[in-house]
Amino acid sequence: MLTPDSEADVAAAIRDAVVSKTPLELTAGGTRRALGRPVQAAQTLSLSGLTDVTLYEPGELTLVVQAGMTIAALNKLLDAENQQLTFEPPDYRALLASTGEPTIGGAIAVAASGPRRLRAGAARDALLGVRYVNGQGEVLRSGGRVMKNVTGYDLPKLMCGAYGTLGAITEIGLKVIPKVEVVKTLAVLGLDDAQAVAAMSAALKTPTDISAAAHVSQSVSKELGLTDAVTLLRVEGFETQAAYRITVLQNALSAFGAVEEIESDPWPAIRDVMMFAGDDRAMWRLSVKPTDAPGLVAALQTQIECEAFYDWGGGLIWLACDEGADAQEPIVRAALNDVGGHATLMRASDTVRAAVPVFQPEPKPIAALSERIRAEFDPAGILNPGRMRG
Amino acid sequence: MIEMPEPDESVIAKRAALAAQLRAVLPDEQVIDTAEELKAYECDALNSYRQPPMLVVLPDTTEQVAKIVKLCAAAGAPIVPRGSGTSLAGGSLPTADAVVLGLSRMNDVLEVDTENRVIRVETGITNLAVSANIAHEGFFYAPDPSSQLACAIGGNIAMNSGGAHCLKYGVTTNNLLGVKMVMADGEIVEIGGAHLDAGGYDLLGLICGSEGQFGIVTEATLKILPLAEGARPILFGFDTNEVAGEAVAAIIKAGLSPVALEFMDKPAITVSENFAKAGYPLDVEALLICEVEGSEEEIDEQLTRIEAVVAPFKPSTVKRSANDIESAKIWAGRKAAFGAIGQLADYICLDGCVPLSELASVLSETARLAEKYDLKVANVFHAGDGNLHPLIMYEANDPNSARKAEELGADLLRLCVEKDGCLTGEHGVGIEKRELMLTQFNERELRQQMAVKDAFDAGWMFNPAKVFPLELIETRDAA
Repeated sequence: MLTPDSEADVAAAIRDAVVSKTPLELTAGGTRRALGRPVQAAQTLSLSGLTDVTLYEPGELTLVVQAGMTIAALNKLLDAENQQLTFEPPDYRALLASTGEPTIGGAIAVAASGPRRLRAGAARDALLGVRYVNGQGEVLRSGGRVMKNVTGYDLPKLMCGAYGTLGAITEIGLKVIPKVEVVKTLAVLGLDDAQAVAAMSAALKTPTDISAAAHVSQSVSKELGLTDAVTLLRVEGFETQAAYRITVLQNALSAFGAVEEIESDPWPAIRDVMMFAGDDRAMWRLSVKPTDAPGLVAALQTQIECEAFYDWGGGLIWLACDEGADAQEPIVRAALNDVGGHATLMRASDTVRAAVPVFQPEPKPIAALSERIRAEFDPAGILNPGRMRG
Repeated sequence: MIEMPEPDESVIAKRAALAAQLRAVLPDEQVIDTAEELKAYECDALNSYRQPPMLVVLPDTTEQVAKIVKLCAAAGAPIVPRGSGTSLAGGSLPTADAVVLGLSRMNDVLEVDTENRVIRVETGITNLAVSANIAHEGFFYAPDPSSQLACAIGGNIAMNSGGAHCLKYGVTTNNLLGVKMVMADGEIVEIGGAHLDAGGYDLLGLICGSEGQFGIVTEATLKILPLAEGARPILFGFDTNEVAGEAVAAIIKAGLSPVALEFMDKPAITVSENFAKAGYPLDVEALLICEVEGSEEEIDEQLTRIEAVVAPFKPSTVKRSANDIESAKIWAGRKAAFGAIGQLADYICLDGCVPLSELASVLSETARLAEKYDLKVANVFHAGDGNLHPLIMYEANDPNSARKAEELGADLLRLCVEKDGCLTGEHGVGIEKRELMLTQFNERELRQQMAVKDAFDAGWMFNPAKVFPLELIETRDAA
């Protein structure tokens, strides 16, 4: 494994790889290596040696760090100023049975966004700029460190979620946010999936700045220490504001049942998909229009044995099913295609992930466009070959 | 002066034939080819640059757009997409051999879905009309460029437009969920939709802010948000720009999340007050208008907290709005600022962005440079995100004054880049800042961006002569 400790050395390593035609698997903490399709690479290039803080201006809500910095170190830094990341990146170690330390570079490369995505945007929305090394070993910048920037094309968005197939991200500029004074969670018990999404929609119609909304069906709620289905809303603000917002929500949801404040914090478990950690089922992540979600899950449950829960007000479905030979890919995708959206296979064995499309298949013109873009960044095809497509 | 490329005479020679072909796709009157009517499309809001296009087409449907794109490609005629023509950067300035594709007839609301908090529209619709269509449902569309009465969603997507309320709600890209787009080969594609975070490469994020150079976006799915119960501003006056800048940083850091935080410097205060009689103090150097929203109680508590955070900076004026009438009065001066300055002189509105810690130094350097060029500059801008809008006043009929104003503008934008900021926060590059791109990026970085353009539009037929320095565009095949 190559472990350069400077951006210049990352660039040199990639240039060497181009010359020797050596495909590289990019990694840092290594906790998300089981996402995407398995990579066939002769050499591993780790960004874990790039751990510097380039700039942190709490008064500007601006943080620029190197890609190999761990999320834990980054959170510690932000904690000291009572700030936090906007997008609540999940930790997939339990889910993917991986070890190591999740890094910010990894979170950006796979566009990992947690429950707060609903309100504060996804990983890509927090990105102010990146430095990266493309597949020709050129060190390039895009975006910057200021809050608003439309100077040139928005390449940071392109790098976010590209799974390292367009470049090795070396440095990341992020918008951060202050922590709020009061964080409370409201719960409604016993709703079925359709009622739950309707309840979350009703809640999200109120101007209460709900920072997360999830529904955990009865079959998987034991992970939260419950025996019944639970619909959860996270309310934030300063003391009187949060209290007011809770009243507004209790009124708005009165038709759905009692809306109670709970003491425990269910959000890390939802963020990290703990409901499906530690089992050997295949797992899908479906992004759909929230009101389509319960019907989609119900339709799937008539065809295959599966369990699901919902984040993002119903717009994100986590679904676990028997892995079999194909992780039920044809059935899952056919059901999804009836309503629209996209499905990503988030957990399955290497064999299955090599055999079925992990990412949502793209219409021909879009697939061709994506291929052309990849060829413009990595003409030799040496960065994470196969990770996103065959 | 910014140069435009020489038009391709061989394309212009096919003008009549192309017009005839386009009339087979569109009703006659939706293909414009008379000199008199073409003149209406010769410029956008950067009106010191004018060039009538070869033809203008005003389609009604995406399918018509696809046919137009194919016909123009076959004729070798570049296409300049145009929403409402409000770009301050020359984003829809035609070339003489180009067909302007105006989206003004495609302005329907296609679907309002409050359960899923989205609206689907045709992109010729104005920004304000989107919010107007959902206000009765208790929703609004957040990005609010100051031209929102006129500007089209298509233009907002092209430039990734912002606005005063972006501090809390983000800019266009953070509120755009999907597009329908006609690609360079005339293929119609859909990217994203009413769901969040499409898989694969983030093409949607790439298209937003691509200045109409990747395709013609004909439909958009936008995120909508519940309207706040109410909103009220507080106004602070300060003796120096430096202290006002520090107060801005303190408010942001305190996490009080105002929805807007606007800054006006002395020249802007004076002009606006004379024009709008908003009751602004005239004995201060800088004004901050800070707006918060929520219920009455929430607003009161937030304003009290903001006052407390600002108190150590010893504001010489504090005016807290107690009701809608007072709110309107506080905003009246800010909203009238551009118009008021326009009454006094011609002006160029710049759009640099700098880190908050550099606000004060950039403002004092701006004043020094203005003096050097012997021009007046007023500053009215979105302070919360460091997005400056220096207004350079000049005399458009005096070529010397116009040249000086352009030179000062370029100097001020270079200053923003030097201070670790950028050339444009929300207006886009267009033609205006095209030649300055090499102050922000090196050539390899620009070539990588141009390679993305190649992937979408290999023939560079969409919105020519924008974004990149002309020399790089013209030598792109050699590189």
